[in-house]
Amino acid sequence: MTDKIDHISRQQFMEELRRYQKGSVTRRHFLGVTGLGAATVVLGAAMPGLIPRAAHAQTIGDRVVLATWPNYHDVANFDAFTAESGAAIQVNVFGSNEEMLAKLQAGGSGWDVFVPTNYTISTYVEQDLIEPLDLVLLPNYDTAAFDQRFAGPGTVDGKIYAVPKNWGTTGFAVNTNHTGGTTPSTWKEFFDLTQTTFSGRTMVHDYQLTTIGAALKAFGYSFNSIDPAELAMAEELLLATKPHLFAISSDYQPSMRSGDAWMTICWTGDGKQLNRDMPEIVYVLGKEGGELWSDFYAIPKGAPHRDAAYALINFLLKPEVNAKEALFHGYPVADARLNALLPPEVLNDPILYPAADLLNALEFGAAATLTDPNRAELMARFKSA
Amino acid sequence: MQRRLSTWLLLAPAGLWFAVMLVLPLCFVVVFSFGERAAAGGYVPAFTFAQYANLPARAAAFKNTLMLAPLGTILSLLIAYPLAYFLAMQADPKWRTLLLILVIVPFWTSILIRSYAWIFILGGQGLPAVIDWLGFGQVRLINTPFAVLTGIVYGYLPLMVLPVYVSLERLDKRLLEASADLGAPPLRSFLQVTLPLSLPGVATGCMLVFILLMGEFLIPAMLGGGKVFFIGNALVDLFLQSRNWAFGAAVAVTLVVIMLVTVSLYMWLMRRMGGVRDDVALM
Repeated sequence: MTDKIDHISRQQFMEELRRYQKGSVTRRHFLGVTGLGAATVVLGAAMPGLIPRAAHAQTIGDRVVLATWPNYHDVANFDAFTAESGAAIQVNVFGSNEEMLAKLQAGGSGWDVFVPTNYTISTYVEQDLIEPLDLVLLPNYDTAAFDQRFAGPGTVDGKIYAVPKNWGTTGFAVNTNHTGGTTPSTWKEFFDLTQTTFSGRTMVHDYQLTTIGAALKAFGYSFNSIDPAELAMAEELLLATKPHLFAISSDYQPSMRSGDAWMTICWTGDGKQLNRDMPEIVYVLGKEGGELWSDFYAIPKGAPHRDAAYALINFLLKPEVNAKEALFHGYPVADARLNALLPPEVLNDPILYPAADLLNALEFGAAATLTDPNRAELMARFKSA
Repeated sequence: MQRRLSTWLLLAPAGLWFAVMLVLPLCFVVVFSFGERAAAGGYVPAFTFAQYANLPARAAAFKNTLMLAPLGTILSLLIAYPLAYFLAMQADPKWRTLLLILVIVPFWTSILIRSYAWIFILGGQGLPAVIDWLGFGQVRLINTPFAVLTGIVYGYLPLMVLPVYVSLERLDKRLLEASADLGAPPLRSFLQVTLPLSLPGVATGCMLVFILLMGEFLIPAMLGGGKVFFIGNALVDLFLQSRNWAFGAAVAVTLVVIMLVTVSLYMWLMRRMGGVRDDVALM
C-alpha cells in the first residue's frame, strides 16, 4: 500500500503494458500501478463471473506453504481452496511464537503464509522479516468489519503487516469432579490448590509467556512484567509448585481427558473442546486477569509463492469460509460479518466470549515479554530445577 | 598414479560430506559459542567467555543426562545380551530371520508415535490401574525418571541387540566345543570364551546407544512431562525458545567435548581389557 498511483495517463499505461509484456515487471506491479487490480476487484465483487478464475489458477502456482498452530484449520476448507485455485497447501505446524521467530531469523523457511500472535508482529517488522500487506489483493478483508481491539496489533507504523485470524484468552481448565463443589476462580487459587489437594495433578504450559504470566498474576502483577523483583516472586512460586506438578507441557488435552491431570493452564479453543466432550471440565479466567491474544495471517519477506499466499489469506477471510474455520477450531473471530453465519449457541458461549468484567482484566502480551532474556532464563531454571 | 586418483575419487563423496555437513557446522558452533545473544534473540559476533562462564546455569541438565544416559545404556545391555544370545545360539535357524525382523519392526513406526503410546501405557489408566487392581496400591509412573528410562530402553534396545547378535553369531562355535571337550562347564565356557569374544559387539552397541542418548530430547520431553530435563532439551529451548544461540552453542560445544572425553576413555578401557580389536571397536 505504498505510493499507490490513483491516476495514470494513457501514455504511462501503454508503457507499463509493454514493460509487463516484456516481463520486466510482474503482473502484480502492472495491476497495481495501472489501477486494473482494484478495478478487477470492484468489478469482480459486483459480478463474480468476471473474476478470471482459470487465469488466476495459472499464475498463483501449484503450491502454498502455511506455517500455523495445531488443530487450527478446517481441512475441508484447504481442499476447497486447492480445488478452486489449483494450489496445494503444505502445512507446517508449530508450538510457539519463539519457534516461528527462530525459523524466520535463521532464514530460508520457505513459508508463504504464517500465523503470528499479536505481540510478535512489531518484532518481525523491526527485524525486517515480514512485508506490508497489499490490501488490494485481499478484497475479503473488510477493515470496518473487524473489531479494532483484535485487528490493531497487525498495524505497525501505520502500515498493515497482518490481518486478524481469530482471538482467544489464556485461562485454566479444571475438572470439577475433584474440587469438592468449589471451583477455583483466581490464579492464586490455581497455585494454592496445586500445592495441596491437586498435588501431582496440575499442568502448566511449556511456555514462558503463559506460565510465568500466570505466576505473576497470582501476585496481582502484570502478566507482562519484566521487573526483576516481581519475576523473583514468580520464580519462587513456580519453584515451590514444581514438585506438585503433573507435567510442564503445552500438550495438555490427552492428560486432561484420561484423568491423569485435573487442572491445567489452557487456551480458549482447548477449553472449549474439553468442555464440549467432558462437561465436568470447566474453563476459568482468573479474576486477577491473564492473557488476551489475537492471531494473524502474515506473509514473510521473500515468500516463494507470494501470489498464492495472498490468494490463500483472501480465501480464508471469506466470511463463509471463516465461519467454517471458527466452528472447527472453537476460537472467536473478530469479524462482525461472521455473526450472521454462526449459530447463536456459539455466539453466546461464555468460554468464547467472556463477560466484560473478566475480559477487561486481561492484557495483551507485549513485545518485550517475547524477547526478554531474563524471562527465558527463569523458565529454563524452573524446568531444570 | 592411476591408483591414487581412483582412491581420491572414491574418498571424495564421503570427504566432502564430512567437510560440509560436519566440520563446517562444527566450526560455526564453536565461533557462535564465543558470541553474544542479539537483543531480539539470535547471535551477534563478539569474543567473550561469558557463555562458558554461564554453563553452571545448565548444571541440572548435564547431571540428568550424565546419570540417565549411562544407566539407560547399561539397562539396554542387560536386556539385549540374553536376547541376542538366544537369537544367535539357541534359536532355531528356521525362525531366526523372522525373530530378527521382529526386533527391527518397531523402527518402522516413528519414535514419536511409539512414545505417545507409552504415555497411555504408563498413564493413570494404563499400567498403574493394573497395579492398583492387583492390590499393590497407587503408583505414579508417567512423568518420572522411571518413565524416561523405560522409554529409552524400549527405544534403543534394537540398536544394542543387533551388534551383540552379530558378534555372537560370528563366534567360531568350534571354540565352544573345544572348551567343553577340555572339561569346562557351560558357565565357565561362557565367561571365558563367549563373553570375551562378544565384547566388540557389546562395545559397539554401548557406544551407539550412549552417544545417541546423550543428545536425546524427545523421550524426556514426552515421558518425563517436561520435568526430566536433558541437555538435548536445554539445547532445543536455547535455540528455539529463548533464541540464545551463543549460549546454546557453548552448551553444544561442552556436550561434544564431554562425549569425546568419555568415548576416548571408554575405548582406552576396552582396549586395556584386551577384548576389542581396533577394526571392530566402532561398528
